[in-house]
Amino acid sequence: MIEGLPALYIFMLSAFTGYEVISRVPVILHTPLMSGSNFIHGIVLVGAMIVMGHAEGALELTIGFIAVALASGNAVGGYVATVRMLEMFQTKPRVSANDAGEA
Amino acid sequence: MIDSIINFGIDAIYFITAGVFIIGLKQMSSPVTAHRGIVWAGIAMVIATLATFGSPQISLEISSINLQLMLVAMVAGSTVAYITAKRVAMTDMPQMIAMYNGMGGGAAAAIAAVELVKLSSGAPSHGLTIQILAVLGGVIGAVAFSGSAVAFAKLQGIMKKTLRLPMHQVINIGLLIAVCVFGYLIAAGESVKFEHVMIFFALSIVLGVMVTLPIGGADMPVVISLFNALTGLAVAFEGFVLNNAAMIVAGTVVGSSGALLTQLMAKAMNRPISNVLFSSFGSDGGAAEEEDIEGSMKEIQANDAAIMMAYGQKVIIVPGYGMAVAQAQHKLKEMGDLLEARGIDVKYAIHPVAGRMPGHMNVLLAEAGVDYDNILDLEEINPEFPTADVALVIGANDVVNPVARSNPDSPIYGMPILDADHAQNVIVIKRGKGAGFSGIENHLFYADNTQMLYGDGKKAVADLIAGIKLL
Repeated sequence: MIEGLPALYIFMLSAFTGYEVISRVPVILHTPLMSGSNFIHGIVLVGAMIVMGHAEGALELTIGFIAVALASGNAVGGYVATVRMLEMFQTKPRVSANDAGEA
Repeated sequence: MIDSIINFGIDAIYFITAGVFIIGLKQMSSPVTAHRGIVWAGIAMVIATLATFGSPQISLEISSINLQLMLVAMVAGSTVAYITAKRVAMTDMPQMIAMYNGMGGGAAAAIAAVELVKLSSGAPSHGLTIQILAVLGGVIGAVAFSGSAVAFAKLQGIMKKTLRLPMHQVINIGLLIAVCVFGYLIAAGESVKFEHVMIFFALSIVLGVMVTLPIGGADMPVVISLFNALTGLAVAFEGFVLNNAAMIVAGTVVGSSGALLTQLMAKAMNRPISNVLFSSFGSDGGAAEEEDIEGSMKEIQANDAAIMMAYGQKVIIVPGYGMAVAQAQHKLKEMGDLLEARGIDVKYAIHPVAGRMPGHMNVLLAEAGVDYDNILDLEEINPEFPTADVALVIGANDVVNPVARSNPDSPIYGMPILDADHAQNVIVIKRGKGAGFSGIENHLFYADNTQMLYGDGKKAVADLIAGIKLL
């Protein structure tokens, strides 16, 4: 069980990590980064699966179903959107190199 | 024995997943490694999901209804999200991010709901702290869910107006108090009552809607970012409830990085987050304040504008949301290339909140293939405007409005702007004569050195290209 003081430590250290990790992000990556962190909280899918796994009765099953469907949407949508955005940045240097070569 | 080995294995996978997420986020902070970062995070997510099937917390028979429904839900949710994410135009990305984020918040709230419903039907409690965290995660997730839905509806144009009820803030505070009361009853009461749980979630959803309704579209990026951070926090809290380290770490990291991102954005707009949330702008004043604007709007033809640029030394292009709507980025790049071929220095000036999200314009210009050495930030480009022959403003409005510097009464006073008005000549491509997204009159359009080129952004740039080619 993760609780008590160790839980607080994990919470605090994770919070500082998040703050530090993105503190040097250039403005051009803000939207992809927001989308990327949006994907990362898609890990909620794991929680939705656990809840669905021990759901009992129609009501719990229904809410669990909603949880899993929404969480999958978060993860998959977040991933595809982020990759689509980042792919544009990835092809960039090659394009400009070609342009420079021709010029 | 076998069980404890499996347990250890799954915990190890969650541990590694959390680590990879952090590394992935770090890599996403540089254009060179960003793509690798998201792919790593994606692989970690898939492995964590697969591992969860083997978790003793689930341990289902293949034939069980739970597992079958789970698979159906996963396929359904993934398919819808995959198709929408693949099909959506780059310009509509901000509202899609809002939507996927809302889904995550909804999932976190639903997790809390199942746990609380279980308690209400007599399941043993895991202690007060866990119950409080479940309730907190529930309300935060529910607010992020319904708030993101409203943000999506607004940006998508389904909901055009900012709605403001009389005594809106009083109603919101009342709602918040009601949510707190029911949250307290659930978390600290002697037993969890089913009705309380339902009322609690209903109120939380309404609260999310009510908080977001009066917020104007110009402030939406900040709000979406805030909801993103909130969803992260809700996921972390539910992670404590389910005793899942990956959720705790990933959720908290997103929560804090999202909070920082929100702060950066609010700062760029010079609007404290409390202002964004608790005062609506552009919804009550707006067109009414057409006081004393000096000068008049002067129209220019595409050919004249083309000549002005083609015989200059330096052209700075200021894109805004209008460029995104008109999908003019590819034409813009073509025009920039033509000008560069004539030896003209072409730069792109990006305001931190141009478009509907920070970096929105950068993404679009990158899509069109503009070299990102030529894409400059506010601080970098502002000193260059006085040396520019032409500032070409395409679809931007509030971010070049000099009122932000001069008029303390203006809602956007104090917001750092691009000094396009300092260029020798300003050409503004604009669809019509109306005010911008925030409804504030733009004094730049009336300035002596400004000329207006009316028309759809894409077509106007095509005309400019034709004009340049003739020379």
